[in-house]
Amino acid sequence: MIPSRVNLINVLVPVKRAIDYAVKIRIAKDGKGVDTTVKHSMNPFDEIAVEEAIRLKERTKAVTSIIALSIGPAKSVETLRTALAMGADSAVHIVTPEAPSPSSNPEPVNVAAAIKAVIDRSKAAGADKAIDLVIMGKQAIDDDSGSTGGMLAGMLGWGQGTFASKLDVDKASGKVEVTREIDGGLSRIESKLPIVVTTDLRLSEPRYASLPNIMKAKKKKIESLKPEDLGIDLSPRMSVLSVSEPPKRVGGGKVENVDELVQKLKEGGIV
Amino acid sequence: MQRTSLALARRAIRSTRTTPAPILSTRHSTQIRFASALPPRSSAFAQLTESNITDLRALLSAPTSLMSTLDGSASEDDLRPFNDDWMNKYHGKGQVVVKPKTVEEVSKVMKYCWDKGIAVVPQGGNTGLVGGSTPIHDELILNLSNLNSIRSFDTVSGTLTVDAGAILETVDNELASHGHIFPLDLGAKGSCQIGGNVATNAGGLRLLRYGSLHGSVLGLEVVLPDGTIWDGLGGGLRKDNTGFDMKQLFIGSEGTIGIITGITILTPKRPSAMNVAVFSLPSYEAVQKVYTETKSHLGEILSAFEFFDKQAYDLVRRHQKEGGEADRKVFETEGEFYVLVETGGSKQEHDEEKLQGLLENLMENDLILDGVLAQDTTQYHSLWKLRELIPESAGKSGSVYKYDLSVPVPKMYSLVEKMRARLSESGLFKEEGGGRIREIVGYGHIGDGNLHINICADKYDAEIEKVIEPYVYEIVAAERGSISAEHGLGVMKAPYIGYSKDQTSIDLMRRVKQMFDPKGILNPYKFIL
Repeated sequence: MIPSRVNLINVLVPVKRAIDYAVKIRIAKDGKGVDTTVKHSMNPFDEIAVEEAIRLKERTKAVTSIIALSIGPAKSVETLRTALAMGADSAVHIVTPEAPSPSSNPEPVNVAAAIKAVIDRSKAAGADKAIDLVIMGKQAIDDDSGSTGGMLAGMLGWGQGTFASKLDVDKASGKVEVTREIDGGLSRIESKLPIVVTTDLRLSEPRYASLPNIMKAKKKKIESLKPEDLGIDLSPRMSVLSVSEPPKRVGGGKVENVDELVQKLKEGGIV
Repeated sequence: MQRTSLALARRAIRSTRTTPAPILSTRHSTQIRFASALPPRSSAFAQLTESNITDLRALLSAPTSLMSTLDGSASEDDLRPFNDDWMNKYHGKGQVVVKPKTVEEVSKVMKYCWDKGIAVVPQGGNTGLVGGSTPIHDELILNLSNLNSIRSFDTVSGTLTVDAGAILETVDNELASHGHIFPLDLGAKGSCQIGGNVATNAGGLRLLRYGSLHGSVLGLEVVLPDGTIWDGLGGGLRKDNTGFDMKQLFIGSEGTIGIITGITILTPKRPSAMNVAVFSLPSYEAVQKVYTETKSHLGEILSAFEFFDKQAYDLVRRHQKEGGEADRKVFETEGEFYVLVETGGSKQEHDEEKLQGLLENLMENDLILDGVLAQDTTQYHSLWKLRELIPESAGKSGSVYKYDLSVPVPKMYSLVEKMRARLSESGLFKEEGGGRIREIVGYGHIGDGNLHINICADKYDAEIEKVIEPYVYEIVAAERGSISAEHGLGVMKAPYIGYSKDQTSIDLMRRVKQMFDPKGILNPYKFIL
C-alpha cells in the first residue's frame, strides 16, 4: 500500500554556527564586527529546532527524515555533526568563503533564498524526498536579524508559524497547529502542510548528544555544496559601518546620611 | 606558665568526655561519642564582658566591624549566621563577631585576646563540613570577610597575592580576565574564602590536575595567637630551600596555630579548550577500567575524573525536577554508576581528537552503557551540575551525615555498600523508602581516591549516629585509609584522628600546637585535642 502523503513528512532544519551563548562578546579591532576567534556552537534557537524535529519524529511517527542544513564556512560542519549526533538523519552544507569575506555570514534574504533552493531541489528529486516542513530558530543570536523564517515562507508561498512554543502535527489530516508566543499571551494558529515554523525558547529543551549517536554521526555523510551548485548568489547588499558597545555603567557612591543624600539629589537635579 | 594553661584547657576538655579520644591503642573499641555531647566549656578561658567589647571597639576603625549581643549592637538572630555551621548541625553560642578590615586590626584583636585569655574561632566563608569554623561555646568569632582585596597579580609568572577573606569565585573570575585559573575549585566557590581554603587544605574538583595547596601555595601571611604578624609571603618564590618550610604547617591547620591573612599562590594558565563528557556504567569495576583507559588516552589534558552512584544521580534529577527545571533527557540507558570526565587543554581540535579516541575505545569495548558529550558551554555547565548538585540535593532531602574518606580506589565503593548493609540491617534504612534514613549516596574523586558518603536522615539523631559512627571509621581504618580526605577534622572528627594517625604523629602535632599557641586560645575544642 502506498503511504499517504502525511506519512512522508521530510523536515528541514537549518542550523547556524554562531558564537557560543556563554562567550563574552568583544568588538573586533576594526570596529566593524565582533571578535570571532572565540568558541562557536550551534545557535541555541536552532538547537531547539533540531530537538523539536526529533521529538516530532518520535511522537508522531509521521516524519521519515530530518535534514540539517548549514550555510557557512568550513567549520559549520561541526554544527552539522552536532545536529546529526542529536538525531538528524542527513546533512547538507552550503560552503561559504572564510571570514573576513562578507559572504562568510550571508544576509537573511540570501539565506532564505539558499534554503528555498534546497527545498526546490528536494521537490525535483521526487515526492518521497520533498521537504514539507521547515523548523528553524526564530533568530540567530549573533546578528539577531530574526527575519529569515518569514522571508522563506514568503518566497515559498507557504504558511508560517513564528515564535512557536508548541507544535502539533496531525498525522492523518496533515493539519499543523502552532502555539505562538505573543506579547502578553499566546496565539494558536492552524495550517496545512507545508509550513515554516520558527522556534521560541519554550518549545523544547534540547537533548545532549549521546556518544553512540556521536559515533554514528561521524559515519554519516555530509553533502557539501557550493552556492553556484544551487544557482544562488550570497554576496551581500549591505555593509556594516560600525559596531559599538553600549555605554559603560558608572559606579555609584555611598552617602553617610540623609542630608548628604538630599544634597546629592539636588546636585543631580532630581529633586 | 603558659604551658600549664594549655595543658589545663586540654585536660578540661578531655577529662569530661565520656570516653577518651580513640587513639591507635583503642582503634577497634566500640566506644562512641555523640555529636551533641560536645566538650564542655573550659574554665581556662575568660568570660567576655561589656568592657571587653568597649576595648575591642577601640581597636577597630569602623563601628560596623564589631557585632555583639553584650552591648546590644546585635541580636542573637544577627549572630546566627556566624554561630551556625553550613549544615545547621553545630550551633555555637558566640556573643561577639569581629570583622577586621586590615591585617593590623587582626593583629591588635589577637593580641588583646591573648593578653586577656579570650578564646577565638577564626572564620572564613563558614562553608566547612566538620564544624570547624563556628564556636563550640562562647568563643569570639574573628571573621575575615572584610579582608577581601586582591593585592597583586603578576601576569608573567601567574603569581597571585590575595587577602584571606577574598571569595574563591570572585578571585577566579578576576584571574579569568588575565587568562589564568585558580588551582582549586569546589562546590562552595561562591561563598568560601581563600584563607579558609588554605587553612583547611581544601581539595576539591581540580586536585587531580593542579595538585594540592601544599604545592601551589608559595607564601602566607599569618597573625600568630599572640598578635605577632608573620610575613611569610616571601617573594613568591617557587624554589626556596632555606630552613623549615613554615607555611606548610599552616596549610590544613584549621585555624588552630595562627590566622592566615594573606596568601601568595601560583596560578596556572587557564585552559582555553574545555570539554566534558558523562558516562553511564554498569558496575564499579567498569568505573575503574574507564579510569585506566581515560588516563592513557587523555594524558595531560585530563582535568577531572568524578564518579557518582545511581542513587546520587537520581537524587539530583529529582531535586532539579522539584526546582522546576525543564526535563532534559540525559541518557538513553541509565546505569548503576556515572562518571564525569573533564579535559582542559590549549587546542580544541587536539583535545577533541584525543577524546574521540577514548570514546571510540570505551564504546567498542562495551565499558560504558551510554554517554553524553557537551556540545557547547551551556551544556558544559549543565553536565557539571549533575555532579556539583549532589551535596545540595542531599541537603534538601534531609539532615545529612557527611563522610569524606580516602581509601585505595579498588576498595572505595565497598565502603558505601557496607554502610548500606549496616543501615538496612539496623532497620533505619529501607530500600523501598519509609526508613528514618532516606538516602545513602556515594560519590567522589576517583583520581584522588576520595570517596564521599552522604547519609540523609529525617533529622540528626543520637541513635542514627551510633549506628554509623565509629563503624564508618573502623571500616576505613581496616583499609588503612583516611577518615578525612579533604574536609579536615574540625569538631566532628577530632576524636577519631586515631583511626588515621599513630600516637607518635599525634604527639608531634600536639607539640606543634603547644609551641604556637601555648595558651590554647585559637579554635579550641577541635582538631588535635
